[in-house]
Amino acid sequence: MPLLAELVPMSTEWLYLAAAVLFIVGIRDLSSAETARRGNLLAACGMLLAIVGTLQHGLIVKWEWIAVGMVAGGVIGLMMAVFMPMTAMPERIAIVNGLGGAASGLVGICEVIRHVIMRPEGSTAPEFSAFHVGVAGLEIMLGALTFTGSMVAFGKLKGLISSKPMTYPGQNAVNVLWLLAMLCLIIGLVTGDLNPVFFFVLAGMALLFGVMFVLPIGGADMPVVIAMLNAYSGLAAAATGFVLSNKVLIIAGALDGSSGLLLSLLMCRAMNRSLTNVLLGAVGGPTGGVSGGDELQGDPQSISTVEAAERLFDARRVIIVPGYGMAAAGAHFAIRELADVLKERGISVKYAIHPVAGRMPGHMNVLLADANVPYDDLVEMDVINPEFADTDVALVMGANDICNPAARTAEGSPIYGMPILDVDHAAQVIVIKRSMSPGFAGIPNELFVAPNCAMLFGDGKQVAEQLIETLSL
Amino acid sequence: MQRTHGRLLLVVLALAVLSPGLLLAQETTPSPAAAPEHGVDGSELLILLYIFVLASFLGYQLILRVPPLLHTPLMSGTNAISGISLVGSLVAAGLSEPLICNVLGGLAVGCAMCNVVGGFAITDRMLAKFRKGSR
Repeated sequence: MPLLAELVPMSTEWLYLAAAVLFIVGIRDLSSAETARRGNLLAACGMLLAIVGTLQHGLIVKWEWIAVGMVAGGVIGLMMAVFMPMTAMPERIAIVNGLGGAASGLVGICEVIRHVIMRPEGSTAPEFSAFHVGVAGLEIMLGALTFTGSMVAFGKLKGLISSKPMTYPGQNAVNVLWLLAMLCLIIGLVTGDLNPVFFFVLAGMALLFGVMFVLPIGGADMPVVIAMLNAYSGLAAAATGFVLSNKVLIIAGALDGSSGLLLSLLMCRAMNRSLTNVLLGAVGGPTGGVSGGDELQGDPQSISTVEAAERLFDARRVIIVPGYGMAAAGAHFAIRELADVLKERGISVKYAIHPVAGRMPGHMNVLLADANVPYDDLVEMDVINPEFADTDVALVMGANDICNPAARTAEGSPIYGMPILDVDHAAQVIVIKRSMSPGFAGIPNELFVAPNCAMLFGDGKQVAEQLIETLSL
Repeated sequence: MQRTHGRLLLVVLALAVLSPGLLLAQETTPSPAAAPEHGVDGSELLILLYIFVLASFLGYQLILRVPPLLHTPLMSGTNAISGISLVGSLVAAGLSEPLICNVLGGLAVGCAMCNVVGGFAITDRMLAKFRKGSR
């Protein structure tokens, strides 16, 4: 039985090469907002070339399954792209990522069925060597755990599953042992000591592992998890490439794998936590997190919408600090309108974007861009932090931990050392929030009782609309 | 960024340590005489590993330059690129036999196609929203 790698016409190899170049150029163009759209288009062209090249493959003789899969997948994908609102972006990325992992896992199982389980009697199947068995094992494992892990992440982001970390004693030990057991299975399969049926056991264990691995991770750590799962689906694709000796699969998989890894490391750095701590730490759980229930010193001062509007009216410079609460309240359009009203009065308005604000890397940027905020108003943390001292009003909208001064001073606090937005350096701070409840890390925010801070209680969207009304009078 | 580089170095080191092991595993199974001329031999495997390592480095350097502003489109875009597993799925779905491979392959084509089409389309839709201020 021939290997999949055979029967590849030369034209296919050339098309693959062109596809790889287009992927690389496309990702390069994604590094600037002006060229990003072109980059995405180039990468899509690369994908088209890769598909055209593959369809010339000599082993493809049946077309009905290909047609059904392509039409069904294409239609569903297009519907998702056209009809899903921008606010559902984290969920969408999670679910689509899971599908990519599932595809890799399924291909791995096909290969195993073809070359190991159904191989002709007496054949030693030299073209499917121990190396291929090992990589196919990795492919199945990564693909399966990406699939279920992404589905759990989807459930958490969508609110179908509680976004609170779910923990039990000894959880980390169980997870690590589970992972080791899967690796042992792969080794057993490579050496040939185990019956190939154990590939299915491996797939089942990996499916379970995906669930066990993501369940204990809390909602606010989702940016890291999504980026990690992205890396896994890339690595699964690269493993597929090794099994099939397909270079474009390896290149695209490696690009995706390293990008996911780098993004998750950047997210971790923005929280001053290590990757291990995020993946195994379960911060904010019932046991961890709260360091001795330290109470806030003093009472917060609450102000009315009218007072807040007056303060905004008197300001020259305003910085808006959005957080996950803005996304949850769907307040981004109202916030932009508020900013427009302020700008009409000659007040300078900017947005301070913390790298981990929201539920995925760059979440706030996409939401505000969706609300028609020009991207040069969205300022990164390092750039905007020195500007707070020269700011009249910092308007905090549904953000909490990312502007908690305890990160600078309170040693032993779970967020100690995390880079924060220097909101408290502004002359006045107005915090729009539903209640005094602490943020994800479970610690009270000293900012709320600072002398220059006022609380404006209420639903983000309603409060913003009331402010617009008051200011427009 | 120092720490990030350290991590990556660790990953690469682990890969470097792993690869001779993979090659060994490769050499132990087929006897050279039995290997078909078009089969994957050790040197081709090494080339594949080179491609993987170099592409990983390249990806790392490329992504490092992407500003946080574009992190979501970047993730969405690379996510669509990971739908490249479509290439493997297509072949599996189009095989002459066994049927089970056609079915699983067809399912994989559906999943990957959803990933590819949805991924690129929504990244485009997202990027269309990013506009420069008039000021």
